[in-house]
Amino acid sequence: MAIMNIREAIVSTLHAEMERDSDIILLGEDVVGGNGTAGGPEAIGGIWGTSPGLWKKFGPERVIDTPISESAIIGAAAGAALSGKRPVAELMFADFVGVSLDQIWNQMAKFRYMFGGKTKCPAVVRLVYGAGMQTAAQHSQSVYAMLTAMPGLKVVLPTTPADAKGLLTEALRGDDPVMFFEHKTLYGVKGEVPDGDHRQRFGEARVVREGGDVTVVACGRMVSFSEKAADKLAADGIGMDLLDLRTTSPLDEDAILESVEQTGRLVVVDESPPRCSLAADIAAMVTERAFTSLKAPPAMVTAPHSPIPFARNLERAWVPSPQKIEDAVRRVLAFR
Amino acid sequence: MQLNRDELLGAYGRMKIIREFEQRLHEEIKTGEIGGFTHLYAGQEAVAVGICDQLTVEDKIVSTHRGHGHCIAKGCDVKGMMKEIYGREGGLCKGRAGSMHIADLDVGMLGANGIVGGGAPQAVGAAIAARMDGKGRVGIAFSGDGACNQGTTFEAMNLAVVTKVPAIFVFENNHYSEHTGDAYAVGTNQDIASRAEAFGMKAWRANGCDFFETYAAFAELLEYVRAGNGPAAIELDTERYYGHFEGDPQRYRGKGELDRIRAERDCLKAFRARVTGAALLTDEDLDGVDAQVMALIDEAVAEARADAQPDPATVADDVYVEYY
Repeated sequence: MAIMNIREAIVSTLHAEMERDSDIILLGEDVVGGNGTAGGPEAIGGIWGTSPGLWKKFGPERVIDTPISESAIIGAAAGAALSGKRPVAELMFADFVGVSLDQIWNQMAKFRYMFGGKTKCPAVVRLVYGAGMQTAAQHSQSVYAMLTAMPGLKVVLPTTPADAKGLLTEALRGDDPVMFFEHKTLYGVKGEVPDGDHRQRFGEARVVREGGDVTVVACGRMVSFSEKAADKLAADGIGMDLLDLRTTSPLDEDAILESVEQTGRLVVVDESPPRCSLAADIAAMVTERAFTSLKAPPAMVTAPHSPIPFARNLERAWVPSPQKIEDAVRRVLAFR
Repeated sequence: MQLNRDELLGAYGRMKIIREFEQRLHEEIKTGEIGGFTHLYAGQEAVAVGICDQLTVEDKIVSTHRGHGHCIAKGCDVKGMMKEIYGREGGLCKGRAGSMHIADLDVGMLGANGIVGGGAPQAVGAAIAARMDGKGRVGIAFSGDGACNQGTTFEAMNLAVVTKVPAIFVFENNHYSEHTGDAYAVGTNQDIASRAEAFGMKAWRANGCDFFETYAAFAELLEYVRAGNGPAAIELDTERYYGHFEGDPQRYRGKGELDRIRAERDCLKAFRARVTGAALLTDEDLDGVDAQVMALIDEAVAEARADAQPDPATVADDVYVEYY
């Protein structure tokens, strides 16, 4: 075991996997950085510091700086994947899915199905997402729900360094397109990372807490916020089952249902507006499949139905907080 | 450029298959047996065949919604294609694709594409892969005068130029993007090749209704790209015999326009005149090919009609390689 943060886990996994498999390539804006400048290549190494040293080690045919052309980045990844490579395409901000959606949604997600199951498209798209750094309406969104709704894509959201390694390794060794979400506020989160080969299977939620009184389902940054709420509630003798989804497609429905069947109470925490959200999706799934186990209506803790604001206090008001999670838990427990 | 007898017969046969495949679809669609949207390639055969005849299986192409010609020229099974268009179980894509999404990666055909301009970036990806493999292979994007106006096409051209990969942009100007003329929709005075040149690529121009001119221009281009000079483009002036889609009343056509195109710009007629005039092949040779092609198309339609429909229980199969 080594102690490292999520950023370091991603960098070391990319190095190790590109070393292992010469078909893996990386492309995106400033993944090398500095090309065409006085500073020269690798003056940046990724705006998020997630690709240093790769260009030097693997060369410009495998580590490709692109112009600011998100459709071409994703489309080139799709074409390279159909041609036998394993591309990793980086979207500097997940919001840029808006610029490149056709290549994700109409193209790479559908190739295998449209072509009669005779092909595969092993592309990994890394998307940097999430609010919390005052990056406002076009650089802060958590667009995982939209992509989770698209058949053909897998959607992955690591919250620990161990999972960052395990899930990225799994993505790079699988044969389907994977949307790999990296929360911009979580890069510095430290933890133990298993040495050597470490793969985390998709569709297996991580049990963060076992408390028995209420089931809280979260992903991304909302996992640590839910843990803060759990600490407060524990002081009052309230025990939380907390599930970190790890992947929203596939979704570990069994883990959610098993917990709700024990607790009878569900809170879903989702860093996005409420309509057609992951929270609504999970609440509906539980209501349909575990209705008789429920002792209270499922609660959704989400952002409001609004874009993400800039001002620090407004952004804090927008993001679901530990306090709101705590309040929701108390509300479902009080329901009679 | 000197094609031997077999190459000439092969090229003519492939163009003829495309022509008859499309003309037969034009008739069969009227029966109501074939659903959805079908965009016919007839008239443009010299482009698909003049280019694909010079490619290997390892060279990759991405196509368009008007993709039957590219599929046939690149080597997709004609009967499998017909079954696909009829929505049958034995279709090349098991009835999931229909006319607009036919693909066969085994022959380097990465897919027709229902999204205009959707393919160009993918050809750059294929070219990135080709460069890594180091065997001189290329990635080719077929685009029309419609797709030449999509941002994806511009992004793809620029990305190919800055990364210097062996990507080739083939622009087939049939003068209509859906129902709008290139005189209106294509700036740069309808000169599409000049756009590629503006991105820093070498570009060729040729008469896309002349197989030999298309073949010769593309031969030069291909040698240039295979030699590692980076991407290149070619614009072919060609004609679309039918509407944008089957059922299109084509009210935008000029009086006598289609008759004139068929009389003066028929690539098959021109091919026949050229090879018989030069005594390379005889009319009997070509008539023999025609008969074989007609028999193939008859069989393809009969077998497609007789083939089973896909099993509804399989509707959600093949979305993922693995999903749990």
